Amino acid sequence: MTGRASVSRPVAMHAGMEVVPVRRWGRQALAVVVAVVVVTVVYGFATNPNIKWPVVGEFLLNAAIVDGLLGTLELTIWSMMFATLIAVVIAVMRLSDSRIISGFAAGYVFIFRGIPMIVLLILVGNLGLFFKTFSIGIPFTDITFIAIRTRDLMTPFVASIIGLSLAGSGYMAEIVRAGLLSVGRGQREAATALGCTPAATLRYIVLPQALKVLIPPMGNEMVSMLKATAVVSVIAGGDLLTAALGISGVNYRTIELLIVATIWYLLVITVLSIAQYFVERRSAEK
Amino acid sequence: MNPSLSTMAPGRTMASEQRDRTTPMVSIQSVEKVFGTSQVLFDIDLDVQAGETVCLIGPSGAGKSTLLRCINHLEKITRGSIRVDGSLVGYREHLGKLYELHESEAARQRLVTGMVFQQFNLFQHMTSIENVTFAAIKVLRLPKPEAIERARGLLDRVGLGHKMDSYPSQLSGGQQQRVAIARAMQMRPKVMLFDEPTSALDPELVGDVLEVMRDVARTSGMTLMVVTHEMGFAREVADRVVFMAEGRIVEVGTAREVLDNPAHDRTRDFLAAVLR
Ligand SMILES: Nc1ncnc2c1ncn2[C@@H]1O[C@H](COP(=O)(O)OP(=O)(O)OP(=O)(O)O)[C@@H](O)[C@H]1O
Ligand SMILES: [Mg+2]
Repeated sequence: MTGRASVSRPVAMHAGMEVVPVRRWGRQALAVVVAVVVVTVVYGFATNPNIKWPVVGEFLLNAAIVDGLLGTLELTIWSMMFATLIAVVIAVMRLSDSRIISGFAAGYVFIFRGIPMIVLLILVGNLGLFFKTFSIGIPFTDITFIAIRTRDLMTPFVASIIGLSLAGSGYMAEIVRAGLLSVGRGQREAATALGCTPAATLRYIVLPQALKVLIPPMGNEMVSMLKATAVVSVIAGGDLLTAALGISGVNYRTIELLIVATIWYLLVITVLSIAQYFVERRSAEK
Repeated sequence: MNPSLSTMAPGRTMASEQRDRTTPMVSIQSVEKVFGTSQVLFDIDLDVQAGETVCLIGPSGAGKSTLLRCINHLEKITRGSIRVDGSLVGYREHLGKLYELHESEAARQRLVTGMVFQQFNLFQHMTSIENVTFAAIKVLRLPKPEAIERARGLLDRVGLGHKMDSYPSQLSGGQQQRVAIARAMQMRPKVMLFDEPTSALDPELVGDVLEVMRDVARTSGMTLMVVTHEMGFAREVADRVVFMAEGRIVEVGTAREVLDNPAHDRTRDFLAAVLR
């Protein structure tokens, strides 16, 4: 920027004298250092004899990799949807006047935000080890309507969605709560004074306005969720990383396949970021 | 004066005309309000007749807003009773017992009153016309075309026919407050509560809002309770003026009595401070 400015800008004059722009030596020195580091790293990767770039090209569109990518996208979308729904419910409960309800919500956030995601996923993935069957019935009696073996119900894919949703919802509930609180008390009172029930006030007045505040952080949560899906490879959740590691387990090209996965992750994140930019711009216009 | 506002008043039947003469529209009896440990209303008694315009004046912290908010049950009274249009606010009477209203019942009961706030509180994500039609459609379940037609008429009347599609952020304070008045009128309440509707406005915008309120007071036939510091307005439209201080009603009378000939020193001091 400095370079272009010094070339194209006509010499500024002030009170009949030439103006000399400030020289930012520190900034220029830092720019040089950054450029050198970037070039070195890129050069290092590009010319490293241990990385076979043709292998990267070969597997980029490999069927298993594309399947894994689709799995990752599916996991992201489902988990994001459930996590958002749960987050809204928990955030509303958190703001309830009832201590029991808000206490439950606080406990939920504490637990699912506190447990490391990888632990949560392994727990959910192995539910079958300590709950043999999943049944719907009347609690504390022998009456059951449906009973399924947990192992059949809890496929790695389902377990992944549950684990990701639970972990994500803990964080998102706090974000949604902040969004709900950002809508002023006056808005709620005006709706109440017009005869709205609390539910109608929430649905028509508070949530739509909170949404605007929520779009940027929720966009970030979506990116986090996408990256978090990589963790489900610990229970073989059928995601991109699972696919990449599966192949590298056979051909021992670990770095190359990690690079393949990385390229896809960055590509999807770029698309998401562009989408987020447009959504934000549209909601800002309103 | 355009007569159409009077047709917007709640439909009056013979029976309600008769009731009007005997029962007040708003009847406040021995009301007290306590917030935590501080009592802000003491032993409030006040009857307001149907169609009457009452202005409440008094120093900051007197409890004027709290009293209005108790009338439409935004706040719950601690003791005493408030009746609006014959029904006890916040309760259902049945076989000699009082049942506290569920939130949805309370919402229905609130339709008798409309409220205009000091800070307008227009819904920020809706245009003027959406602000005015919203509750008519979602709460009264009016057909959309009818709600829109009614809202257009009201926005025209408050002088904002050309701002129907503007968002609140694109309107001046005075314009926002006029939309807020139209929004409350759209629900055709029997009682309108105004809480310092002009206090947040720049002086040059106060006139337009007062003009609309004058119109409502004179032609709508609604019962109006207005908290205001505009003594000129009170003098012009108030059937009665209530002076409150420190959570009590100090005196009640016609504008002439209270504003020109106050019986209490407390009122005199307040008026001297305001009119100076
Ligand atoms: N939600 C609340 N919790 C606690 N105290 C409150 C609450 N609302 C009002 N108060 C207190 O009640 C008293 C009366 O307040 P209120 O707003 O009714 O006064 P006001 O007459 O409307 O004053 P102003 O002219 O400043 O609007 C004040 O002392 C205020 O601090
Ligand atoms: Mg007040």
